[in-house]
Amino acid sequence: MRGRYTRGQKLFNVFNLLFLTALALAMFLPFLNVIAQSLSSSDAIINGRVGLLPKDFTMINYQYVFSDHSIWRAFGVSVYITVLGTAINLIATASLAYPVSRPEFVGRKYIVMMVLFTMVFSAPLIPNFILIKNLGLMNTLWALMLPGAISAFNFFVMRSFFMQIPQELIDSSRIDGCGELRMIASMVLPVSKPVMASLGIFYAVGHWNTYMSALYYINKPTLWPLQVMLKKLFETDDISIDPASSVYSSLAHTSPEGIKMAVIIIATIPIIMIYPFLQRHFVKGMMVGSVKS
Amino acid sequence: MGANITELDLIKYKANSKKSLLSYMWKSRALYVIALPGILYFIIFKYVPLAGSVIAFQNYNIFKGFTGSEWVGLEHFRAMFQYQDFGRILSNTILLGLYDLIFAFPAPIVLALLLNEIRLVFYKRFLQTVVYMPHFLSWVIVSGIALGILSPGTGIVNQVIKAFGFEPVYFLGENSYIRTILIGSGIWRDSGYGTIIYLAALAGINPDLYEAAEVDGAGRWKQTMAITLPSLIPTIMILFLLHIGRFLDLGFERVWVFLNALNTGNGEILDTYIYKAGLLSQQYSYTTAVGLFKSVVGLMLVFIGNILSKKTTGESLY
Repeated sequence: MRGRYTRGQKLFNVFNLLFLTALALAMFLPFLNVIAQSLSSSDAIINGRVGLLPKDFTMINYQYVFSDHSIWRAFGVSVYITVLGTAINLIATASLAYPVSRPEFVGRKYIVMMVLFTMVFSAPLIPNFILIKNLGLMNTLWALMLPGAISAFNFFVMRSFFMQIPQELIDSSRIDGCGELRMIASMVLPVSKPVMASLGIFYAVGHWNTYMSALYYINKPTLWPLQVMLKKLFETDDISIDPASSVYSSLAHTSPEGIKMAVIIIATIPIIMIYPFLQRHFVKGMMVGSVKS
Repeated sequence: MGANITELDLIKYKANSKKSLLSYMWKSRALYVIALPGILYFIIFKYVPLAGSVIAFQNYNIFKGFTGSEWVGLEHFRAMFQYQDFGRILSNTILLGLYDLIFAFPAPIVLALLLNEIRLVFYKRFLQTVVYMPHFLSWVIVSGIALGILSPGTGIVNQVIKAFGFEPVYFLGENSYIRTILIGSGIWRDSGYGTIIYLAALAGINPDLYEAAEVDGAGRWKQTMAITLPSLIPTIMILFLLHIGRFLDLGFERVWVFLNALNTGNGEILDTYIYKAGLLSQQYSYTTAVGLFKSVVGLMLVFIGNILSKKTTGESLY
């Protein structure tokens, strides 16, 4: 704690506080506007009467979105690739990082170099596209999960975590007659819960936000994850209308803007829900990662 | 010290003969089995496409494959530099990279320094929670929010402009604002998150230094200049080098979500061009050449930056 403040310092403190508060508001107010628009009538939106609070409060935009099957399906696709994709990420990353962290693994330096090189130099888009095509992964959800199975950065984070496990612990369980696999299951995995949790959350956010690879590798609208769906929605002014929907008749009261904003909120809610867990872990994750560099 | 014993064992085994090295490896064969899928992953998904980049030197035909396609040497690279739009796209990419370096790179440093001056611990935590948040939104959502608040008809920004008696502005509908929007949204989304690493470096500074400076009569500004900033230099330098390496790499997604027919003139970058010309128009070999060009320039920038940094500050990536 630094001691007494002079007048100039006090003035600075006040301005600093005000400035940072304004900045935080700038980060937050756009959300409030999006929420307000999603809950406002089309009339209020079109006439530009919506500020930070809803005008002519209505749930019609949400009703419309919830009655649209394609948005539900996209939501389901996103949940599916987030859950399965994250599981694949963690298993794949750990199963390479653990052996490479063991001193008795001959040749681990070559593997580290092999991974490191991919961080500095990676192949352009088209060769990747041709590979996905030749592997028969086009228009499958595997194309969204397999190509990014191991992130080089996360591999290094996990490896440095495994390297911190005391060798004594491993030796003692070996003396107790544990085989390698039993030792991993009974000793390594339980102690690595923290790193699994933080990297898992990072991977999960990545999958939830997947857009680019879906744009490249998936042409079938039925397999589009939420982000692709959202982008399509932003690109047009007339949203796909399901004539069977009950809201169809009341469409006059919805507005493209209101619907877009409602979908933004729906796509953001999962992130906001895990944010408390996320925040607890990402600072730690980033620190472990930076120790290496 | 178990680690030492195993290392020593290994050296002994290596010294003895090849056969005992193999038997040493056989003892921990489970490790090799476990590692195999990961190794295969890197070979298949990272190194095969890297090898596939040879199509930049071919007229790649998807039916004839890598072996059947005709070799054309550097023709695609030549075509790239002769194509008039390429110059525009390259300069867009460089300009955006430059703006990103000038405006977005220092933003988290300044923000971290300011946050560090806040003494109300709970309020500091609260501010951090808020400014980290946008980082976890996808670019699609960020662009959706931007489209919403910048819309000429219904956006809140234009409501304010109109309230002051000015004409509404269609921010995304012309070339003149796209760069500002791209850099601005990048700062909005990532600068708060970027403070984490600087705040950690700031927390690691020895408090005795500040006490000594205070005894010497240094004010907070002087302390910041003499202690805080110099302590950040190594962190800044490393992150700067990493940033330089990605100079041409604004990221496809970040730009693509903001592009439309009206603002491509100033907004189109190499990545979006590669997608359009490559995947949408199927000029496979040509765009692979463009992509290789980008990767090689990036690699060279890392090397140059590293040499410069080593000479000037002694910090380096390797």
